[in-house]
Amino acid sequence: MQIQETPALKAEARNLNFFYGENKALKNINMPIYDKKVTALIGPSGCGKSTYLRSFNRMHDLYPGNRYEGEIRFFPDNTNLLSADVDPIEVRMRIGMVFQKPNPFPKSIFENVAYGLRVRGENNRRVLDDKVEHALKGAAIWDEVKDRLSELASNLSGGQQQRLCIARALATDPELLLFDEPTSALDPIATGAIEELVHELKKRVTILIVTHNMQQAARVSDYTAYMFLGEMIEFGKTDEIFIKPQDKRTEDYITGRMG
Amino acid sequence: MNESVHLSSQFDEDLSRLRTHVLQMGGLVETQVSAAIDAYATGEIASVKSIVETDRRVNELEKAIDDDCAHIIAKRQPTASDLRLVLGISKIVTDLERAGDEAKKIAKGVRRIYEGGHMPSQYGVGIRHLAEAALSMIRQALDAFARLDTELAKSVIRADTDVDTEFKSIIRQLITHMMEDPRTITTSIDIITIARAIERIGDHAKNVSEQVIYVVDGRDIRHMGKEAAQ
Repeated sequence: MQIQETPALKAEARNLNFFYGENKALKNINMPIYDKKVTALIGPSGCGKSTYLRSFNRMHDLYPGNRYEGEIRFFPDNTNLLSADVDPIEVRMRIGMVFQKPNPFPKSIFENVAYGLRVRGENNRRVLDDKVEHALKGAAIWDEVKDRLSELASNLSGGQQQRLCIARALATDPELLLFDEPTSALDPIATGAIEELVHELKKRVTILIVTHNMQQAARVSDYTAYMFLGEMIEFGKTDEIFIKPQDKRTEDYITGRMG
Repeated sequence: MNESVHLSSQFDEDLSRLRTHVLQMGGLVETQVSAAIDAYATGEIASVKSIVETDRRVNELEKAIDDDCAHIIAKRQPTASDLRLVLGISKIVTDLERAGDEAKKIAKGVRRIYEGGHMPSQYGVGIRHLAEAALSMIRQALDAFARLDTELAKSVIRADTDVDTEFKSIIRQLITHMMEDPRTITTSIDIITIARAIERIGDHAKNVSEQVIYVVDGRDIRHMGKEAAQ
């Protein structure tokens, strides 16, 4: 299926460089993130895709010596996410993240999802109930947990925990969701459930996903970016990248020819 | 086309074996077509049997290659040039198999004509010429596939127009002939069948060439007219 027109921008990296101390991990990245589309980042380990992903919600701020150059513009308000006067906590309300391994808090299922809302100052029980339910439904796990909301989240299976983490990310109504290899610790069935969920979620939220699983990128994404050694080699429609990539390096990577 | 090797040497072997099988199959089809044309020219209807026999091997190879394609897709999930190669091959073998069927049709038509004692001498030159052109198209299409040569593939596609024109001209001659002398109708119909089969072989060669262009460039130029092959 062809995507006919260019959708609206949700975010855009402009001349983005990133340094771990002296080490330049991202080299002049320019890339659009389209609104309510799934964009996959692929590339070999160490190519900078996770570094790039984490720049969006300012995860790198947590460690000293890390440094950004350039901009990540976030729309519709055209904020530069990397600007010093932008509060990372506020950014993370708008940009949720789901990690490789499910990382529920050692709290109840309910409290895991309510956490972000409480941090935001929401303590009205009725509002919390409503938003938690909505988020759990959005993450396609409501039916499995609705009768055990007060149980510890760690009692859930890996796949359920991951969907719980997605619900937690959804609870604050983010505009962009970052997925960092969300299924690499899951079995094929749980992986299928997450992929199905991604497909549902993109109706209301923009998604940026890092994956080592090329077929997964091909299945779930509308756009794909191939990164190598901190550079963005090729960005394009997923349909085109996987049938006829323009760059030989992309071709070699996706066909498994890279030594 | 990507010539560097895969991380999985097994995958390289799978793909290379697949290509070899296609070329083997193509070689058989080429032999069939060539033998059918010879039979037409010489009246050696003994070769008809071996053409039919070869067709069975061609059919088996078609199934075996399709099966290999399915296995590669299931096991390797090929992408980009690998994917195009597998998809292209799956279509190419269909055309090769059909070209083989057409060769069989020619052989059977030749047998009917000669067994009936009706020497088609007055059409020898026209049919022969048409057949040589179609045979050359099949050869070149297979060469284009073996070398992944899009220029050669394009020249095959262009050549198809000439074969079509020649075919129409032969049909016109035959119609005239049938009107002049109705006793020739039976033989003429057999010759029309043969000419039609030859013309179809040209079409299959053209289809193979279009797949070569898809495999190499990722461009699908089917049904786009001959301008696409310029």
